Amino acid sequence: MRIRSVASAAVLLVTLGLVAIGGGSTAGASSSPVTIGISLSLSGDFSADGQAYDQGYKLWAADQNKKGGLLGHPIKLQILSDASSPTQVVTNYNTLIGSDKDQLVFGPFSSLLTTPSSKVVARYGYAFVEGAGGAPSVFGQGLNNVFDVSVPVATNLYAFAKYIASLPKSERPKTAAYPTVDDPFTQPQLPPAEKILAAAGVKTVYSKTIPEEEVDYTATANAVAALKPDIVVLGATDVPTVSAFVHAFIQQHFSPKAFIATAGPDQGASFIKAVGTGNENGIMVPNGWYGDSPKADSQAMVKEYIAKYGGTASEVNADIAEAYSVGQVVTQAVQHVGSFNNQKIIAYLHSGVTLNSVQGPVKFDSKGENTALQATTFQWQKGVLNPVIPVGSAGTKPPTYPKPAWSS
Amino acid sequence: MSFDSLIQAILDGVLTGGVYALMAAGLSLIFGVMDIINIAQGAMVILGAYLSYALSVHLGIDLFLGLLITVPVMFVLGMFLEWGFIRRLREGDRTSMSILITYAFAIIIEGVLTVLFGTDYDQLSASYLNSSVHILNFYLPDIYLFGFALAVVLLGGLYVMFFRTKFGRGLRASLQNRTAADLVGINVNRTRMLATGIGVGVTAAGGMVYGATSAFNPDSGYDLISRLLAIVILGGMGSIGGAMASAVLLLIAADIVATAWEPTWSILVFYAAIILVLSFRPIGLFGARAVRSQ
Repeated sequence: MRIRSVASAAVLLVTLGLVAIGGGSTAGASSSPVTIGISLSLSGDFSADGQAYDQGYKLWAADQNKKGGLLGHPIKLQILSDASSPTQVVTNYNTLIGSDKDQLVFGPFSSLLTTPSSKVVARYGYAFVEGAGGAPSVFGQGLNNVFDVSVPVATNLYAFAKYIASLPKSERPKTAAYPTVDDPFTQPQLPPAEKILAAAGVKTVYSKTIPEEEVDYTATANAVAALKPDIVVLGATDVPTVSAFVHAFIQQHFSPKAFIATAGPDQGASFIKAVGTGNENGIMVPNGWYGDSPKADSQAMVKEYIAKYGGTASEVNADIAEAYSVGQVVTQAVQHVGSFNNQKIIAYLHSGVTLNSVQGPVKFDSKGENTALQATTFQWQKGVLNPVIPVGSAGTKPPTYPKPAWSS
Repeated sequence: MSFDSLIQAILDGVLTGGVYALMAAGLSLIFGVMDIINIAQGAMVILGAYLSYALSVHLGIDLFLGLLITVPVMFVLGMFLEWGFIRRLREGDRTSMSILITYAFAIIIEGVLTVLFGTDYDQLSASYLNSSVHILNFYLPDIYLFGFALAVVLLGGLYVMFFRTKFGRGLRASLQNRTAADLVGINVNRTRMLATGIGVGVTAAGGMVYGATSAFNPDSGYDLISRLLAIVILGGMGSIGGAMASAVLLLIAADIVATAWEPTWSILVFYAAIILVLSFRPIGLFGARAVRSQ
């Protein structure tokens, strides 16, 4: 028995050693592709976001391949579907790294899936650059390999809350409701905003959690509408949640002075279709990027996206930019270290260097959060998602407050 | 919790209960007649929603009028499901194997819908989706009122068919004892095929109302199935009236919990119902024994 245990341990060590060698391999023949493994939610609860990430990663790979790939190697993406399952995503990264020996990996969609998968990726010593795992739960694991290129989610609503708090007392809302879906992405965002608003005298009249698997929001939305809060801060992860609240509010003849949702309104055409054209106007969402961003690389990406998939700049899902940014950051890291050595990439990303992405600057702190990017609050105005807060920042439009009445 | 909030929660529960009854009735009927657990019921609800969506967007057909097309289409699909797959299962292990077959069917439906419509969310659109009626202090959304009325009419029609027609007698005979039904000259295979068709056909109506009240994508059906099973188990497998009564009861309970306590616990109502009913009254409120005695 003892011999067998020793033998098993030896096999395990050899396997891990081989994987480490694989992960630390340098560029070989210039014609051989570099394979990047990714688990994405191509079905399940996050399928809409997962598909958008799929497009974003592929758009980046195509662009980078036009520039010669990574260190002269053509980029090959190996994308496995995790069906939005926190267990399947773990299996997928074990497959991508442990079995298939992909040289690099990119992150999945959502904090819910990044949290378990980052542990597995850390065990293999791989860098885990991602764009949608910004919840504190991801960074509270003490891992040094996770890097989120997007805005840390806990700070997402700061700008909005500070704007409301800065309004003259006569205009400032008096009451606020904070319904939120039970999700690691939404829940950390609301308490900081609530704290800022409470300090400004905005009284909380509703603060309750909705189960993630909820499909009927009528009772909750009607309960919020009955309280007639001046502002509604909705912790949502997808379009149906926001859409259900919008329709319920219209049916209850209730229109808050301000309505912000943590996600959903950033889904472009899909969101407008769900809430009904015109009803999107005035609704806000925090984010790090928007389709009409004046950044040159962002405009180039949007142009390519529209050429390939159609639509307008405003309709481009912010997930596309998040995924694209992951590719950009890894490109810069690989080019700097001159290899696909994951340990060197991790060390470089932790070095305090400021990198560039379509979303804006990227600089990681010791936990891997992007400290250089601040959340902007966007608002749908006449069918266009405009950056509005911080008020007066470059490229922003004045926020519409109070929100216009529903169109239907 | 104020009195108004309580009344609002009850009204919400009654109206949304109608929608859920429409979605669950087919599941109940199919299980009652055939001992089939149709895991694809949620996917079929979504298929019904997409059929209504396609007719509305591409042909401009009103959602309720479109049911004249979507219900027959789904009826044929249901018959195909029974004829093509369910009938091939051995009698002894049909119930357990049906879970696998219908799950596969759900995956196929999801895949086809994904190819046709993509994974972005859609929602049905009509002039009456955002309007509501003001009664006393409460706004009652028109779409839920229409959905509830549709549930009463359709499920009432099913009830009449079930208990007042020769075909209904055949159905109930098949439900009680296949061999005996065969012996008295009932074409059990045909009866079961029609029953599955009817069950799936009714689901088209549930899908339309669901799609009018919620944004959906091809994957949305999976979140529904546990609730629909809870409704069918509480109401009693095979009981159409039971599906209606239990849907309303469960939704009222869930909405009161969500309003008075925390929405996060409202889902508990459905799971608690399954556990309690299976522990103390496995046949449900209006289960097979009750159905047969009517």
